[in-house]
Amino acid sequence: MEIGFTTAAYVVAAILFILSLGGLSGQESAKRAVWYGIVGMALAVAATLIGPGAGLWWLSVVLIAVGGAAGWVVAQRVQMTEMPQLVAAMHSLVGLAAVFIGYNTHLELLRVAGLDEAARGALTGFAAVVAHKTAVEISILRVETFLGVFIGAVTFTGSVVAFGKLAGKVDGKARKLPGGHVLNAGAALLSLILLLVYLNSGSTLALVGMTLAALFIGYHLIMGIGGADMPVVVSMLNSYSGWAAAAIGFSLSNDLLIVTGALVGSSGAILSYIMCKAMNRSFVSVILGGFGNTTGPAMEVTGEQVAIDAEGVAAALNDADSVVIVPGYGMAVAQAQQSVSELTRKLRARGKTVRFAIHPVAGRLPGHMNVLLAEAKVPYDIVLEMDEINEDFPQTDVAIVIGSNDIVNPAAQEDPNSPIAGMPVLEVWKAKQVFVSKRGQGTGYSGIENPLFYKENTRMFYGDAKKSLDALIPMIE
Amino acid sequence: MKIGAFREVYLGEGRVALTPESAVQLGKLGHESLIEAGAGLAAGYEDSAYAAVGVTVLPTAAAVADAADVVVKVRGPEPAELALLHEGETLISFFWPAQNPELLEQARAKGVTVVAMDMVPRISRAQKMDALSSMANLAGYRAVIEAANNFPRFFTGQVTAAGKVPPAKVLVVGAGVAGLAAIGASVSLGAITYAFDVRPEVAEQIESMGAEFVYLDFAEAAQDGAATGGYAAPSSPEFRDAQLKKFRELAPEVDIVITTALIPGRPAPKLWTADMVALMKRGSVIVDLAAERGGNCDLTVPDEKIVTGNGVTIIGYTDFPSRMATQASNLYSSNIRHMLTDLTPKKDGVIDHNMEDDVIRGATVTKGGEITWPPPPPKVQAIAVQKPKEKPKELTPEERRANEVAAFKAQTRTQVGLLAIGGGLLLLAGWFAPASFMSHFIVFVLACFVGFQVIWNVSHSLHTPLMAITNAISSIIILGALLQIGSGNWLVVVLAALSVLMAGVNIFGGFLVTRRMLAMFQKS
Repeated sequence: MEIGFTTAAYVVAAILFILSLGGLSGQESAKRAVWYGIVGMALAVAATLIGPGAGLWWLSVVLIAVGGAAGWVVAQRVQMTEMPQLVAAMHSLVGLAAVFIGYNTHLELLRVAGLDEAARGALTGFAAVVAHKTAVEISILRVETFLGVFIGAVTFTGSVVAFGKLAGKVDGKARKLPGGHVLNAGAALLSLILLLVYLNSGSTLALVGMTLAALFIGYHLIMGIGGADMPVVVSMLNSYSGWAAAAIGFSLSNDLLIVTGALVGSSGAILSYIMCKAMNRSFVSVILGGFGNTTGPAMEVTGEQVAIDAEGVAAALNDADSVVIVPGYGMAVAQAQQSVSELTRKLRARGKTVRFAIHPVAGRLPGHMNVLLAEAKVPYDIVLEMDEINEDFPQTDVAIVIGSNDIVNPAAQEDPNSPIAGMPVLEVWKAKQVFVSKRGQGTGYSGIENPLFYKENTRMFYGDAKKSLDALIPMIE
Repeated sequence: MKIGAFREVYLGEGRVALTPESAVQLGKLGHESLIEAGAGLAAGYEDSAYAAVGVTVLPTAAAVADAADVVVKVRGPEPAELALLHEGETLISFFWPAQNPELLEQARAKGVTVVAMDMVPRISRAQKMDALSSMANLAGYRAVIEAANNFPRFFTGQVTAAGKVPPAKVLVVGAGVAGLAAIGASVSLGAITYAFDVRPEVAEQIESMGAEFVYLDFAEAAQDGAATGGYAAPSSPEFRDAQLKKFRELAPEVDIVITTALIPGRPAPKLWTADMVALMKRGSVIVDLAAERGGNCDLTVPDEKIVTGNGVTIIGYTDFPSRMATQASNLYSSNIRHMLTDLTPKKDGVIDHNMEDDVIRGATVTKGGEITWPPPPPKVQAIAVQKPKEKPKELTPEERRANEVAAFKAQTRTQVGLLAIGGGLLLLAGWFAPASFMSHFIVFVLACFVGFQVIWNVSHSLHTPLMAITNAISSIIILGALLQIGSGNWLVVVLAALSVLMAGVNIFGGFLVTRRMLAMFQKS
C-alpha cells in the first residue's frame, strides 16, 4: 500500500476528530460526534496497519482485541459516580504508553547508530525513517523524544495519584514532602540538565534519570493538590496526555499524532482554564496546591444550625411553586441521584417548577453533576448553569442543597478574608427557604465554615442524602 | 379547666365556637368541654355528636356560664350574655373593644377577663389564631359565589356552536386576606380579574394569584404596610381622587365589583360612588364585604341585597362566614383551640394567662378588673420593613458606546500583542530548525488553533463526555506503537506491544463510556 493512501486516511481521520470535538456543542449533535470519533479512530488504526512501516500486524490486531475487550468490560461496569476515577486511570495509560514509545524511539536510535551504511539501507519501517535523518534532525528527534517521555511520565504518576485520591484510596488532603515546591523545581531543573546531556551524548542513563525525575514530579505535584481542586487536576492531566501524544508525533514524524495530540492538549488546557475561572483561582495557585493566602481572620459566624425533619421539608415542598435543587459531590457519594430524579418527577407532576442549578465546579470532574442527573433521567432542559439561574433565586420558594458546600457559601461574597472570597457561588440564600441535606454538622471538603447553614431561612436536613430523600418522597402529595 | 361554648343568639348566626373535633383537641390539653344545647345545630353538629366525644351538654347558657371557667363564643357578647358570667371567668370571642366601650366597661366592672379574637396581633407566630384572617378568607370566597349566583352570565369565556361568550371581568378592591381569597376564587372560575390596593407592595401577591394589579398614575410616597402592622392606613385626598378617577374609568367595563377595603378602627372608606354604579352595565353585581362597617359603596344597604334602577345588584350581606357555617365553625374553633393551647403552655389543663407574651397580651382587653386595652406595641414587628430597591445605574447611549469602543480597543491590543509574540517565536524557531521539522510544526500550531476554536463552543454540561472522548482520542498514540512493533529489537517489540494493549483499552473504554453518558441525556 502506498504512503499516499495512509496520509489521505490520516487527513480524513483528523477532520473526523475535529468534527467529533466540535459536535459536543449540543446534546443531540454529541451523539453523532461520538461516531465521528470512533470512525476516525478505526480509520487511522486500519490505515496504519496496512500502510508502510507497520509490522507484526497479526500481533497488533490480537493485542488491540484483548485491550479492547478489557476496555469494553470496564466501560460497561463503571458506575457513573466513578467516572472521575476512570478518566484519571485512562490518562495514566496514555502517559505510560507515551513513555514506552519514547523509549522505543531511543532504542531504535541507538540501534541505527550502531549499524553501518549497508545495513542502514536494508532497514524497514520506523528504523529506516530514523536512518535517513541528518545530524540536526537527530538532535531535534532527541529533544522530541525527551519531551514525550517527560510529559508521559508526569502524566502517568500524576494520573495514578489522582485516581487514588478520587477513588478514596489515597487521602484527599494536600500533602507535600518536606521541601515542598523546591523539590519539584529541583527535579525539573535536573531534567533540564539531563536534557542537555542527552542532547549531546544520547546516553540512556540521562533518559532513565530524567524519567525518574519526571515520575517524581507527577507524584509530588498531584499529592500536593487538595481534593477540592480535583476538577482542575483531571482536566490538566487530560491536557498533558494530549501534549505527550503530540510530542511523540513529532518524534515519529506522524502528523495525525501531532494534530490529535494538539486537539486534546488544547481541549484540556481550556477546560482547566474554565475550571479555574469558576473557582476564581489562578492556574498557578491551583498547581502550587492548597488554598491561597488569606489576609486576615475569617468573619465570625453567628447563629445556630436549625435542624428539620422530613415532614417539615415535605410540607414546605407541598406549598412551594418553584423549587431549585443544587446538587453537589455529596449527592454522588450517597448515590442519591435516582432519588433526586424521583423527587423531581413527583414535584413536576404536581405542576411545580423544578430546576437544577449546577455550579461549574460541582463534583470532582467538569460536568460531573450533569452526567449523574442524566443517568437518573432528569431532563437536561431543566438543568441550568450558574449564570442562567442565579438571578432567579429571589423568586424561588424552596432551594434544596444536596451535598454541596463551598459552591453555595455566602462567605465568598460577604467575607473578604474568606479563603474563597470572590469565587462565584450559587446564591441559594436568596430563596425564600433553603434546605440543606447534609450528613452532619461540620465543614466540607475544603474545611471552610459555611455561614449559609446559620442563616435564618436555612434548615438543616441531616442524614445520608439518599435515605433522607427516600423518606421525603412518599410525603410529597 | 372547663371550657364552655354558648349558643349564638345573634339572628342568623350559624357558627359555633366549639366543634366536636376541637373538643377532642382541647381534651388533649387537659380541658373539659361544655356546650349549650343546640349550639352546633346550624353548623351541622347535633348535640349527640358532642356528647359522643365526651362534651357535657347543658340546657341553658346560664348553666354553661356557671359551670365553666372559660366561655368561648363567636360574635361579641350581648350585655345580657356578659351578665351571665361570674367574676374571674374568661371570655374568648370577637369583641371589637374600640367600637364597644360600654361592653368593655361592663366586663371590667364584672371582673371578667376578655380575650378578643379580633385583637390578636398580626405576627407570624399568631397566624394560627388569627380568626379575622380565617373568616375573611371564607368571606372572600363566598363573595365571589354570591356574585356568581346573582350574575346572569358565565364567568369564563367560551366559544361554542351557539355563539361566543365573553368572560366576566371582576374588580376586587382591597387585597387583604378577603380580597386575595376573592381573587383566587374568581380566577379559578375563569373570570378576567383586576385588583386594586393602596399598598403597592401587595401588587406581587395580586399577580401571584393570577389577577392584574390596577396601577394608579400617582406619585406619592408609597404606603408602607409594615408601619401599620400589615393593614391599610387612610390615604390623602389627592390620592383618593386619583383612585376614584381610575374606578370611574373601569366602571363601565367591569361586570362584578367586590369591595373589601377596611381601615382598622374607622368606618369603611367610600370607594364606589353612586355615579360609578350608574355607569355600570345592567346585570352587573357589586358585593360589598365592608357592609358591616358602613360599606365601600354609597348605595350598600347592610344585610340586604338590592337592585338599583339600572339593574345593578348590590349585595350588602354581613354574614358571609355564617353562610358557610360548618366550614367557618371548623376554622374558628380551631383558632380558639390554638389560643387555648397558648394559654395552656404545660398542657395540664391549667390556664396560665401570661401577660408577658406578645400575642396573649395583645388580645387581652380586660383582666382582673382593669381595662388592658389598647395594648402596648408588640415586641416583634409584624412585617419586615421593606428596603427601598436599588436601581442599577442606567448608562446613557454615549457612555455605552464609549465603553464598547474601549473594550474593542483593549481586545484588539491583547490580540495583536499575542499574535506578535507568537509570530515572533515561530519565526525564531523557523530560523534554526530544519524544513522537515517546520512542516510538522505548522501542522501542530494549526491543530492547537483549531482545538481552541472548537472547544470554546462545547457546552458546559458536556464537559465530562468531552474528557472521556478526548481521552479516547488521545490513545491515537497507538499509531506510534503500531509503527514500532515491527522492529528487529526484542525490547522495542515488547514495549510497543504493551503500548498497543494499553491504548486498546483506552480506545474502547473511552468511546463506550462516552456513548453511555451521551445516551443518558434526554429532553423532557
